[in-house]
Amino acid sequence: MAKFTVTINEEWCKGCGLCIAICPKKVLEFNERVKSEPVRLDDCIGCHQCENICPDLAVTVKEAKLDV
Amino acid sequence: MSKVQFWQGNTAVAMGAIAAGCRFFGGYPITPSSEIAETMALELPKVGGRFIQMEDEIASIAAVIGASLAGYKAMTATSGPGFSLKQENLGLAYMAEVPIVVVNVMRGGPSTGLPTKVSQQDVMQARWGTHGDHETIALAPASVQECYELTIEAFNLAERFRQPVIFLGDEVVGHMREKITVPDDGTFKILGRKKPNVAPEEYVPYKPDPEDDIPPMAAFGDGYRWHVTGLTHDEWGFPTNDPEVIEKKILRLVGKVRRFRDEIVKYETYEVGDADMIVVAYGSVSRTALSAVREARSKGLKVGFFRPVTLWPFPDKELQALLGNVKAVLVPELNCGQMVLEVERVVSGRAKVLAKGLVNGELFRPSEIFEFIKEVA
Amino acid sequence: MPSQEVLDWLRTRFFPHIWCPGCGHGIIMHAILRALVDLGKKKEETVIASGIGCSSRMPGYIDACTLHTTHGRSLAFATGVKLANPKLTVIDVMGDGDCTAIGGNHFIHACRRNIDITAVVMNNNIYGMTGGQASPTTPVGAYATTAPYGVIDVPFDICKLAAGAGASYVARATVAHPLLIEKYVKTAISKEGFAVVEVVTHCHTQFGRKNKRPRPIDNINFFKENSVMYNKATSMSKEELEGKIVIGEFVNADLPEYVEQYMKLIESLGGNR
Repeated sequence: MAKFTVTINEEWCKGCGLCIAICPKKVLEFNERVKSEPVRLDDCIGCHQCENICPDLAVTVKEAKLDV
Repeated sequence: MSKVQFWQGNTAVAMGAIAAGCRFFGGYPITPSSEIAETMALELPKVGGRFIQMEDEIASIAAVIGASLAGYKAMTATSGPGFSLKQENLGLAYMAEVPIVVVNVMRGGPSTGLPTKVSQQDVMQARWGTHGDHETIALAPASVQECYELTIEAFNLAERFRQPVIFLGDEVVGHMREKITVPDDGTFKILGRKKPNVAPEEYVPYKPDPEDDIPPMAAFGDGYRWHVTGLTHDEWGFPTNDPEVIEKKILRLVGKVRRFRDEIVKYETYEVGDADMIVVAYGSVSRTALSAVREARSKGLKVGFFRPVTLWPFPDKELQALLGNVKAVLVPELNCGQMVLEVERVVSGRAKVLAKGLVNGELFRPSEIFEFIKEVA
Repeated sequence: MPSQEVLDWLRTRFFPHIWCPGCGHGIIMHAILRALVDLGKKKEETVIASGIGCSSRMPGYIDACTLHTTHGRSLAFATGVKLANPKLTVIDVMGDGDCTAIGGNHFIHACRRNIDITAVVMNNNIYGMTGGQASPTTPVGAYATTAPYGVIDVPFDICKLAAGAGASYVARATVAHPLLIEKYVKTAISKEGFAVVEVVTHCHTQFGRKNKRPRPIDNINFFKENSVMYNKATSMSKEELEGKIVIGEFVNADLPEYVEQYMKLIESLGGNR
């Protein structure tokens, strides 16, 4: 169960690949639009490195809300 | 402070600035203007103002522009070499529409030239020294009294038109001492920049008021947020590459002064009504020239005298209107011919225009100008 | 996207911003904004100044009182703003060329005055915007368009320059350490005095491509691998430190601040009545 959500603002993402390279859990990959996209969200540990390294402020990491 | 003082021109400039509400001075030592900085250093903190000696001339005008953006009436003072250094930032003040007063007490040039001797060699530089299109407002005092009063006028114009105003003194006017009657508070109208009357979220910093083409100006710290840049920009202050927006901005920068030139232009005349010769002179030369003209009149010569007080915009229409029976216009200047180019443009062949230049670091003697008049007559 | 509070500080209508994909300037901007939000600063009481260059495009993206000045001169403008209205928080962002070449004189005097301004020097060792010319921080032997055979002059150590000139807070981080940037900028803004944070960053487009670091990640990895914390560096030899980037806080002193001294002068003369 994914503990975190990782949202990429595709309008701002320039496909530089920094978030993909920096992620210690390899959560992110390029999609067919050459934008970053989470493909292994369950592995995300919420370290925020992708969010902080994104030069375009396009990445948002949040704690997943529990559906109770 | 008693009403009658015996002051140096430079002192009068500083005191006039303070009377105009100037509360920030940024400067650097340079002969023959340093006394302005020194007087400001002494007087400004007494009235809660800020004086700072910056590390160089460029930093001085930069600090002054910064202070004006924070809402202060601000001034810097220099001479030729410093005026050259200031040109780039002067351009930013024009582009970003920041009111400031820049005093240049002219000395012999070019380059280091004659630090302690007079010239009028920066007239064209005052008009065109900074790159790009802009309209210059430049005032030339001819007495210590004018050093005080015209400095107030300089601030009023800077604040009204949201741009730099050049105060073009010279070493003689700056360093001479004369009796001055300090006007009472309230003798002169003191103008401040228009402030916005909309909420911060609605503020468009470069949207002009239609009645005068001039945008109201908020201050940093007033609750408004806006972007200031030297890049050509739109009405929100942001850089643009749109040809229509670019053209609108440049034409308005120039137009806002051109539109009101009749209200800006200042000049003085003496006995021009029946004149068949007019002597055009400004600054310290005008004192000598007037003396020579009076002498010539006493000898029966029909000579008139025209003194531009605003060198820019040049009082062209006003001079043109006096050309009636005039056969010759004489222009003595302490340079190799600068203001005379404007006179030639204005006279446009209707009369002879004769320049008399003096570039030896000295002031004309009345007899020299009198002989000039006699030669031409 | 960043937090809502950070978003609130951005002029989002201009996004995506002008910087190249992977440029370090965006990382630094985000860190500065996180610091401002953390400190509870108000947008209308914050002035962000800059000179000319890629670094200096930053103020245009920040929703505060922003001041984009002439090349190298931003500290002088900022000095006028701060002296006129000491209540404003004044931050000046500069590039390496802007700050240490054409702006060198203003930099050392701002340090000397210890005026309460925060200077963030974004050092990517190149003049990026104009196409990749050498700057006073381009390393010896590195290639640039005006050093096609390799740079021959020794670069500045910006932090040593600032410390020598009298700044009361001097720190260095790299863009591989975004949280460190945020921490130092926060301390710098809170510091009453001239506070310099040098952030070593990359221009992979103009510098990296010519100098074996063509991809953004090559530079982040280079900074990670070659950064040494200050307290560790003090016990390393000159040879061991060759090619290393020393990061950390070098100066944090209590020194008289310029505006405060001037305000005291005004008070002593009765000028604040």
